[in-house]
Amino acid sequence: MTSSSDRSGASANSISKPVIEFRGVEYRLADGSQLLANFHLAIESGETMVLLGRSGAGKTTALKLINRLLEPTAGQVFVEGRGTLEWDPIALRRHIGYVIQETGLFPHYTVEENIGVTPRLEGWDRARIRHRAEELLALVGLDPRAYLERYPHELSGGQRQRVGLARALAADPPVLLMDEPFGALDPLTRVEVRQEFKQLQSRLQKTVVIVTHDIAEAVDLGTRIALLEAGEIRSVHAAGKFLQSDEPLAAAYVAQIRALQPEGEAS
Amino acid sequence: MSLARYFAQHGSEILQSTGEHLWLTVVTMLLAVGIGVPLGILVARRPWSSKPILGGANIAETIPSLALFGFLLPLPWLGARGDRIAVAALTLYALLPIIRNTAAGIKSIDPAVREAALGMGMTGRQILWRVEMPLAFPTILAGIRVATVWTIGIATIAAAVGAGGLGEYIFRGLAMVDNNVILAGAIPAAVLALLADLLLGLLERRVRPERRKSRRPRPTWSGTGTAVAAGVVLIALFASVGLAGCGGDRAGTVVVGSKNFPEQALLGEILAQEIENRAHLRVVRKFYLAGTFICQQALLAGRIDTYVEYTGTALTAILKDPIEQDPAAVFSKVRQQYQQRFNLSVLPPLGFNNTFAIVIRGEDARRLHLTTISEAAQYTPHWRAAFGYEFMGRPDGYAGFVSTYGLKFAGAPKILDLGLLYRALLDREVDLVAGNSTDGLLSARDLTVLQDDKRYFPPYQAVPIVRDETLARYPELRDAIAALAGKISDAEMQKMNYEVVAEHRDISQVAREFLRSNGLG
Repeated sequence: MTSSSDRSGASANSISKPVIEFRGVEYRLADGSQLLANFHLAIESGETMVLLGRSGAGKTTALKLINRLLEPTAGQVFVEGRGTLEWDPIALRRHIGYVIQETGLFPHYTVEENIGVTPRLEGWDRARIRHRAEELLALVGLDPRAYLERYPHELSGGQRQRVGLARALAADPPVLLMDEPFGALDPLTRVEVRQEFKQLQSRLQKTVVIVTHDIAEAVDLGTRIALLEAGEIRSVHAAGKFLQSDEPLAAAYVAQIRALQPEGEAS
Repeated sequence: MSLARYFAQHGSEILQSTGEHLWLTVVTMLLAVGIGVPLGILVARRPWSSKPILGGANIAETIPSLALFGFLLPLPWLGARGDRIAVAALTLYALLPIIRNTAAGIKSIDPAVREAALGMGMTGRQILWRVEMPLAFPTILAGIRVATVWTIGIATIAAAVGAGGLGEYIFRGLAMVDNNVILAGAIPAAVLALLADLLLGLLERRVRPERRKSRRPRPTWSGTGTAVAAGVVLIALFASVGLAGCGGDRAGTVVVGSKNFPEQALLGEILAQEIENRAHLRVVRKFYLAGTFICQQALLAGRIDTYVEYTGTALTAILKDPIEQDPAAVFSKVRQQYQQRFNLSVLPPLGFNNTFAIVIRGEDARRLHLTTISEAAQYTPHWRAAFGYEFMGRPDGYAGFVSTYGLKFAGAPKILDLGLLYRALLDREVDLVAGNSTDGLLSARDLTVLQDDKRYFPPYQAVPIVRDETLARYPELRDAIAALAGKISDAEMQKMNYEVVAEHRDISQVAREFLRSNGLG
């Protein structure tokens, strides 16, 4: 655990017990095609685990197994030591923040109502929800007075993504799942929102799992990076050492991205 | 009388019918939404259910409304009351757009929204009520809007089964040969349809706050209200003007018509067989035309060549002359006027007199020792009465009847279709009805016809009416039809009606037997 030594000691006591753990997980569709195989991964408290890979590598499938939007066809996924199938799925999901690329903001709700969804389900009163929404908007860098009453269609892409993040954080879940959270944003906004998130995460110390195919994002945000290909984990790297890795797949991945990089930065 | 005056005179009555119409529509829509929305949700969630549910609703939509009303008539609880039948049939029609739009509205929700809802830990029910229903609501409302406008239009037909509403005027107007009466039903119905379309349209735009800036095209249904409204008025106008010119080429054939009740079909059939047997002409049968008005218009336009009319009806409803009591005088007047004004020949009477018959239960008649209408007058304030549309509107009908005998009833008389009058009487829903003196049930059930001791009802002798043009082309027709003169007595007509109505015997067979036994076949 190279990464944990960089950290403050706050999370040191939970190192022995992973918050999320995949044990020999397999996931097949009803037609028999295998999306995930022989999947082992332990994610520690407070770390940011990046699932990196191409489209179709199984990243999103792995993510959805954590909050039981999908159920493993073999093996088990543990959250806080309990198999996801033992959890009440509703309780499990309210315990985990979920951010997706398209944000999935409710178009018929204002920003405040969107952020208040989970708190309302948890029975918070109005004043507390309002206060929380204001607090979270400020946290993600949006002026509460200007945005609380707006509808999603009145926001820019970056603003929507920030609200999506605020909504996921509303009930203060210890775990955050993010599926290509910055994928729909233009390059400048993407970097901006990513930096904000990085600062936020250094304060909040959530256990985060991010799915991305963007190496820069992976290296920038991750504590560790799990490289996926064809439904299997090929290697796990400390984020700081990923670019220098001599593991063949990682090296090939880095080399390919490097070849594209000038173009990537130009766009 | 001008239309404006008719509206002014019958304002409160029309308003009440409009209220009934609205009530039918509201009850129908509540049921249709209550059934249709859950079915739509099922269709959206369970793909396998789409075919049976949407298929079923589609089939229901294709059943002609009058036929559907007919199918529901014999059902135990539903069939007992006209408004139940109407609401059931109308609900069935209203389902399709509601189911379809509910399913479409739910299916069109961005999958990311549903995934986010699920991922945040909403239960299935919470997703349905907090996310799916609100987002699908504008689309569902569009479906409800279409269904409501349809329902208002189709509900006019519900008057045929005694459900009341504005259709009553349309049916009554058709029977009475009076455009004003038809329009008294058609115009308020059209206005209702337009208002419903407008109000629901406004509501629909209101519930799309999140779309305020996105300038979507208006939903495609918005023309429905106008179309239905225009349709209702147009149909009424067409009916009142008479669709001319669809006679077509029919060399060597005679078209026999009849009004829309069994006795008329029987008479039409007797006429038809007689023409086939004696004049050896090919006969086309156009029976069950909707009332006196339609028959007269069809005859004038040449769509039919002959049908059997009743002298009293001809005198008052067609010629608009005052009522007279002497059968011979009425007949000669009708014959002369028809010849002069319409070029129609009125042939000698068939024999029987189908006048209105005031009917009560036999047990009441015996218990109270009643034989005449005058004797019954002292009891009628405690009786409920039911009459057909024609009786209510005709100059020789309700108004003159109650004033001649000084009758009062408990409450306003019920308006029922002819076929339902006796059932209502026998089921003790009402205590007095106006039937016809040749109704088959009169001899078969314990019913008593009260004598018209003040001779209020004019004679209604059955007479064949033929176009002069047709008689000129087929001179043999006159003798063939004239051979029927005086051959059908009241009792004979009652008997034949009973065979057809109560015993469900085939009309053509009953007609054939009658002709044979009278040496005519």
